[in-house]
Amino acid sequence: MRVSYQWLKDYVDVDISPRELAERLTLAGLAVDAVDEPGAGIEKVVTGRILKIEKHPNADKLVVCTVDVGQGEPLQIVTGATNVREGHVVPVALEGAKLAGGLQIKRSKLRGVESRGMLCSGQELGMESKLLTPEMAHGILILADDVAVGLDAREVLGLNDAVLELDLTPNRGDALCITGVARDVAALLNKELKIPHPQFTEGEEKIEDLVKIDIEDPDLCRRYVARLIKGINIGPSPMWLQNRLRSAGIRSINNVVDITNYVMLELGQPLHAFDYDKIKDRHIIVRRAGEGEKIVSLDGVERTLNADMLAITDEAGPVAVAGIMGGLDSEVTEDTVNVLIESAYFHPISIRRTSKALGLRSESSIRFEKGIDINGCLRAADRAVELIQQLAGGTVVSGAIDNFPNPITEKTILLRPRRVNWVLGVEISRQDIIDIMRRLQFRVQEQGEDLLVTIPTFRPDITGEWDLVEEVARLYGFNRIPETLPFGASTQGIRTTEQQLTWDIRDVMTACGFHEVITYSFVHPRVFDLMNLPEDSRFRSAVRLQNPLSEEQSVMRTVLVPSLLEVLQRNLNRRVQKGALFEIARVFYPVEGQPLPEEIPVLAAVAIGNMPKTWNQPSRPMDFFFMKGVAEQLMDSLGVPGVAFTRHQDPSFHPGRCARIEVNGQLLGVVGELHPDVIENYDLGGRAVALKLDLKVLAQVNRPVKQYQGLPKFPMVERDLAVLVKQDVPAAEMLSIIKKAGGNLLKKVDIFDVYQGSQVPEGYKSVAFSMKFQAPDRTLTDEEINDKMQRITNSLTAQTGAVLRK
Amino acid sequence: MEQRLRELAREALQALEVANTPEEINDIRVKYLGKKGEVTQVLRGMGALSAEERPRIGQVANEVREQIETALAARNQHVKEVQRSLRLAAETLDVTLPGVRFDLGKLHPLTQVLREIETIFLGLGFKIAEGPEIELDYYNFEALNLPKDHPARDMQDTFFINPEVLLRTHTSPVQVRTMEKTVPHVPVKVICPGRVYRRDDDATHSPMFHQVEGLVVDKHITFADLKGVLATFARQMFGPDTRTRLRPSYFPFTEPSAEVDISCFNCKGNGCRVCKGSGWLEILGSGMVHPRVLEMSGYNPEEVTGFAFGMGVERIAMLKFGIDDLRLLFDNDLRFLEQF
Repeated sequence: MRVSYQWLKDYVDVDISPRELAERLTLAGLAVDAVDEPGAGIEKVVTGRILKIEKHPNADKLVVCTVDVGQGEPLQIVTGATNVREGHVVPVALEGAKLAGGLQIKRSKLRGVESRGMLCSGQELGMESKLLTPEMAHGILILADDVAVGLDAREVLGLNDAVLELDLTPNRGDALCITGVARDVAALLNKELKIPHPQFTEGEEKIEDLVKIDIEDPDLCRRYVARLIKGINIGPSPMWLQNRLRSAGIRSINNVVDITNYVMLELGQPLHAFDYDKIKDRHIIVRRAGEGEKIVSLDGVERTLNADMLAITDEAGPVAVAGIMGGLDSEVTEDTVNVLIESAYFHPISIRRTSKALGLRSESSIRFEKGIDINGCLRAADRAVELIQQLAGGTVVSGAIDNFPNPITEKTILLRPRRVNWVLGVEISRQDIIDIMRRLQFRVQEQGEDLLVTIPTFRPDITGEWDLVEEVARLYGFNRIPETLPFGASTQGIRTTEQQLTWDIRDVMTACGFHEVITYSFVHPRVFDLMNLPEDSRFRSAVRLQNPLSEEQSVMRTVLVPSLLEVLQRNLNRRVQKGALFEIARVFYPVEGQPLPEEIPVLAAVAIGNMPKTWNQPSRPMDFFFMKGVAEQLMDSLGVPGVAFTRHQDPSFHPGRCARIEVNGQLLGVVGELHPDVIENYDLGGRAVALKLDLKVLAQVNRPVKQYQGLPKFPMVERDLAVLVKQDVPAAEMLSIIKKAGGNLLKKVDIFDVYQGSQVPEGYKSVAFSMKFQAPDRTLTDEEINDKMQRITNSLTAQTGAVLRK
Repeated sequence: MEQRLRELAREALQALEVANTPEEINDIRVKYLGKKGEVTQVLRGMGALSAEERPRIGQVANEVREQIETALAARNQHVKEVQRSLRLAAETLDVTLPGVRFDLGKLHPLTQVLREIETIFLGLGFKIAEGPEIELDYYNFEALNLPKDHPARDMQDTFFINPEVLLRTHTSPVQVRTMEKTVPHVPVKVICPGRVYRRDDDATHSPMFHQVEGLVVDKHITFADLKGVLATFARQMFGPDTRTRLRPSYFPFTEPSAEVDISCFNCKGNGCRVCKGSGWLEILGSGMVHPRVLEMSGYNPEEVTGFAFGMGVERIAMLKFGIDDLRLLFDNDLRFLEQF
């Protein structure tokens, strides 16, 4: 909503500057986004009349004008414009003038002829061409013939103004008009509000004899007022009217149409003007449209209506889409003589639905869908008639049709001053509250300590005490309310186990060199193919969006890894050499018979390339064992006991390089090298590894509090053991055999070498273990340790066929 | 004999002066003072001396021995020092070569900001509540005083799964679920962080983004409390000099509603590029919980009141880190992520 400061002053005596006003309104809930000063920077431009136009002696495309600017001798001005004629009144930039965009005018010679100024176009005065009439939009701006010469052109064109651009909240439909804003301004500045009272004379004919209005669907049209004015002259609007419409962003069409727009801007009531003679049988029927009924709206588009939409019809069919746009056939044109003015109240939700369904929003529908003042319909029709009579002549037919089946009375709301202060945490006196209500044009009756407040229908947003509390707060000023902290039982701010778990995982993952990413939760359904998932995979059953922005973002993901692979791919395309990424997010599994899917938090990590090589250290590949190490590190840091990694098959992973991660037989996740097909599908080149963990399961794993173990008092003895064993014997199995055979004295066993190649027979591998023995109560003897080592070797041999490597 | 001893002492001292390694010095010690050393040899001949001569020569011998030992120690010390400084000189590194780094990963900037916000509110006694991202229309809209066809639904363009199920457009449904779980008890004091979705994708809108909303419901919560909590948050988040300003606004689920501005941390409120000259930055929306919302969750608005607020994590991260393009946050370019 654009509000002219000068126009506003018609209704309230504003005694602060436009910028101060903008600040006050913003702090009272009518946010002002910008203050536009259309004439700022324009100087020394006056109105002038062209007395004479002569050919330029040296140029075919220029003419020499003699212009009366109301002071001293007429000026000689050279122009290239082709739309000026003798007698025209135009804006003239005098010597030393400044125009929009900073252009300065000096005395000059054009092809040898002196020019003492410039004739101006609208654009040169900073006017938007789309807001100018077609005649004015091209060439020099031609003003009305009766404009006096020598006037400041900014005054004449209404540029000497400031326009406040309001960004209104959806509840404040009442402020979609100048008087509505004026109401708040008057309340804020504690000034009187001056609302126009239309005055006009009526002719002999009675409207009842000339027009019939029937409302067939009063649920959608609660009031319909019509007025008729005959014998008018359609013509251009006077300057002041054009200026005001332009300040609000509306282009002038003709006097009658302009007046309907003007009254809408002034009072907030959308009006429609019909050419009376084009209404068949002079009978207006307000009814739901028939299914498939058609109308060509004012913008020339054929619209197909349906039975949910309200139409204004005559005996022949629709003449307007109620509250949204009129029909082309009954439009007011240059030939119109008799005008029927419609001023109605249409149901907000119906207008909103229709406007959405047709994809058509208008200044009118915007207002109806917010709810207008149902008791203002008649006054708005009268105001329009008053102005039409003034500006277009004609005879006002006596009386108005006012079809108002169920008149609406004003609401009365109980307001408890104690409640106001209780909710706001302030001490505002009862009298101040009464005062604020009255300044807002609400009527107040005292009832003991409490107040009965009557709300005029122009504020349909006020429906209960709570709304009045807000009115008090915003008029009192939010910034006068103190700052306190809630008083009451103290509460504990703690994270849940799950929240702490994800916090910790993020820390470990970053410590392991992984960067966190955040990707969209919706993906392309193609990812299931890219991840090699079989047709019957349960992960293919995903929640689908009804109205996705694109197929790329159309299903809620059931797997997280693909999103990270996309990020990897994007980075590789940008010549990033390596990447280690992770994300914690939810995946969504539809649940049969439930409206909502199951949402599971998961961790996914992927890595590709080598750890960075530095000037003094070689690089290490981020391979299967790197990623497995990350998983082990993570489990260790989180204190998850008894984690086991065993061979696993997953269609997205390399069949020989994939392990499941389990605790007590429960699947926590999967780690592995991605399947070459997946690598190819994502065009990653080389090898990439991935880890995925189900954080819901992980959160449920019992993670015992760590218990302190006494520090050893006796020395630790270290022994190594290398064995030759068949290639397919898993390391985990050997470690488990060693631990069992080593008993309590074996404190630690590590694998420090695995070797295949020369000196090792085909099909075998050499595995070297390092073991640490220690007793809590004595220094171990060589015999004891030798005995243990013998047992370990024997067990390995017996259970795996391993032979000691000498 | 005495003369011989003194001569040996002189010889030893002379030899020491040119000895430059601990080995050379040791050789000198062995040569003169060792079991077969020259001084020792001389002293072996003491037996042939007269009883009068013996004590005198004995004294001379002790003097000579001491003299050599002192010189040995001194030379040793000297050589050690020289060698140490030679070693140190040889070991000099180019300290301007880069260090060996641990190559830590970085948390996403949004996570960093979220953690900061969460920590502040945990300190104020708030719990963290979470809820589904795919939500019922009822929790996302209706229970928040936004019936179907409410014009304010246009403020949030919605992704639907079906007419009753949608992607939550804010984390407010978590507030409703939390109230339903807590009623009839008070206080409710939670923040609800999480991903939210709106059907909008351009330079300043992402179809998925993050919010942190907060809710306090208790027997006597006032608008002044709302101001106090948000001012405290703003000072902790943006610095102790930060001022806050509330402007009346509209949200269907709160009333009175307010937009909250903070004084621009870049220019201290004087007006700059960051705050587009206004001196203020809008960072969150807030208000007193609408009585209808309290009622729908089972509370009696005559007995309890509450306030709620919500902020966009992306906006705060962009302000804080000076990020000028929202899309960078979801593009996940490693060269971007490494900077935080």
